[in-house]
Amino acid sequence: MKNRESIEIKTNSDSPLGARGHSFGLKYLLRKEFKQILRNKFLPKMIFVFPFMVLMVFPWAASYEIKNLNISVVDNDHSTFSQQLTQKIISSNYFKLTDVSPNYNKAIKSIESNQADIILEIPANFEKDLVTQQGAKVMVASNAVNGMKGGIGMTYLMGIITDFNTGILPKLIPSTASNNVTPSIQIDSQYRFNPNLNYRVFMVPALMVMILTLLCGFLPAVSIVFEKELGTMEQINVSPVPKSIFILAKLIPFWLIGFIVISIGFLVAWAVYGLIPAGYFSTIYIFAAIYIFAVSGLGIIISNYAATLQQAMFIVFFFMLIFIMMSGLYTPIDGMPEWGKWIAAFNPLKHFMEVMRAVYLKGSNLFELTKQLYALIGFAVIFNIWAVLSYRKNS
Amino acid sequence: MSRYQMDNENIKLDFAIKCESVSKNYKKNEALKDIKFDVNRGEIFGIIGPDGAGKTTLFRILTTLILADSGIALVDGFDVVNEYKEIRKRVGYMPGRFSLYQDLTVEENLNFFATVFNTTIEENYELIKDIYVQIEPFKNRRAGKLSGGMKQKLALCCALIHKPSVLFLDEPTTGVDPVSRKEFWGMLKKLKFSGITILVSTPYMDEASLCDRIALIQNGKFLKIDTPQNIVTQYENKLWAVQSSNMPKLLKDLRANYLTEKCFAFGDKHHVSIDNLQFTQEILRDYLLENGHTNIEISEIKPSVEDCFMQLSQS
Repeated sequence: MKNRESIEIKTNSDSPLGARGHSFGLKYLLRKEFKQILRNKFLPKMIFVFPFMVLMVFPWAASYEIKNLNISVVDNDHSTFSQQLTQKIISSNYFKLTDVSPNYNKAIKSIESNQADIILEIPANFEKDLVTQQGAKVMVASNAVNGMKGGIGMTYLMGIITDFNTGILPKLIPSTASNNVTPSIQIDSQYRFNPNLNYRVFMVPALMVMILTLLCGFLPAVSIVFEKELGTMEQINVSPVPKSIFILAKLIPFWLIGFIVISIGFLVAWAVYGLIPAGYFSTIYIFAAIYIFAVSGLGIIISNYAATLQQAMFIVFFFMLIFIMMSGLYTPIDGMPEWGKWIAAFNPLKHFMEVMRAVYLKGSNLFELTKQLYALIGFAVIFNIWAVLSYRKNS
Repeated sequence: MSRYQMDNENIKLDFAIKCESVSKNYKKNEALKDIKFDVNRGEIFGIIGPDGAGKTTLFRILTTLILADSGIALVDGFDVVNEYKEIRKRVGYMPGRFSLYQDLTVEENLNFFATVFNTTIEENYELIKDIYVQIEPFKNRRAGKLSGGMKQKLALCCALIHKPSVLFLDEPTTGVDPVSRKEFWGMLKKLKFSGITILVSTPYMDEASLCDRIALIQNGKFLKIDTPQNIVTQYENKLWAVQSSNMPKLLKDLRANYLTEKCFAFGDKHHVSIDNLQFTQEILRDYLLENGHTNIEISEIKPSVEDCFMQLSQS
């Protein structure tokens, strides 16, 4: 042990990553990476098929509009009005009449057997009560096993009934319609930036963020862990190539792919959905660059902690799920409880999605998005410092 | 960086590898205990021991992949902790498991590892020529599609392509057929003449005699370091190979006999170590006949490295 000190004095204390003065290797490592990606039977196709699928299929399929709800009508009245109401519901296109049950118990059975989603019960004196202006009551029951479907079905049905109500009232009492106009305030709502509340306009920019996360954050992580598992990383480790160069060579191809894919995404959004950002493309690209840097840092952290591909895949899945759920992609952040908002605040996906939506729909520029800018820069710095630290600990 | 000038007479530069009380623990598991050995330049040094003895851990410390808990290790005169970068430039490492890029071809792999070490295939072709010509017909085949023996040759080529001064081979012959194993050792002999120091580990005792010097390792401890010949001649006892028609019972009976010191099953024979000179083969034969054995065959044999290992590992 005596010799140790003298050895330490004589060696220069390079940083453990040893990036200094070694730019060699990167070119060859990159060549190798591209060769491997292109030679892979599966990956190149997946890299391009996946964004297309996500952008072409999701916005059409995943929509809050629910059609073809199965309705079971219990008509205890058998009057003209009750039939008109039923007719009106069916012709709305949202509902499909599955059966007309003689009583409520029968109708409940059809919900239990999953044949109907919603029940409308019209009481026996429906028409009489309407005509005598006592006001008639109907009962609506919906299957809330799928809460969203039940709730939305209920809302639709209410709307139709209200509509029916206002349509029928003047016919019944023409005098009141012309003479006694009840003074009322009319609410005329207008949706800014997305006048038709078009779901796709809202989804497409956010989906691009999801794609970028997967391509630039998680694919390199899996790729690094794959080399770890194969033992090829060890071969590189006993060579003079610094680990930093090795990791850089892993990231650069995916950074490039990320930029290409997001550009393709812009094209798809324009060609398929007619979406063009109201703001500048340059704003999106600047944010994308910071975002890509942040998520690839996260990818390296994952690769440092995962020893096997199985572990890496599970961690990736775990993060992906939380990131998507807590990003506001489907459910708005504002509707989350306070703790949920806090989790979302630490989700880089959320911030970049806000940016994408703001630039696409509102035309925001860099100065209006400083909050998100600082947040993403913060993520990039923290993730990459963590990546370097966790790497050193494991080496 | 200039080589470390040794002013201490204990450490000499003419050692290719020098280990001084190297220890490594994995949590509570002691993987290596106080390992101390030197490897001379240009020699084939074998680390012989069963699976889990600590061979790979030692290799990983010497190739700068992991850090030892204590002790000093020098490779080619450089410290594995502080001067790891120098070591990485000048050693070749072939891990026990095939770890080349399966989706790159034979030639691409070789080319890649050459460029990684800042050299070219042409520059050191002489060194790998004998081995590479054997796999050259398949140079456009992907490494993953090669047979086991071919993979091993390619891995050796890749470990040699930068003309390392020390070559680390971790169980290179495990899972390789006997013919390829023999061929492989032939290649190592040739490399030795090019001046490359070779540290090789193996669980096969029969390969020990092919090394210049060997270290027997068990449970993270070196039992003995010497030439294979010396280890065999230092075997003090007589050694008999015994056979009978009931081998399992024979082993039990031999072990029950107070005169036999140790007895181990060795393939189709049992090796009995005898330290009592009064004990003759006739006495043993009578003893076995008494115990109902038939077709008894007893012959005196020369001890092998394996016999020595068993002897040492039990004491």
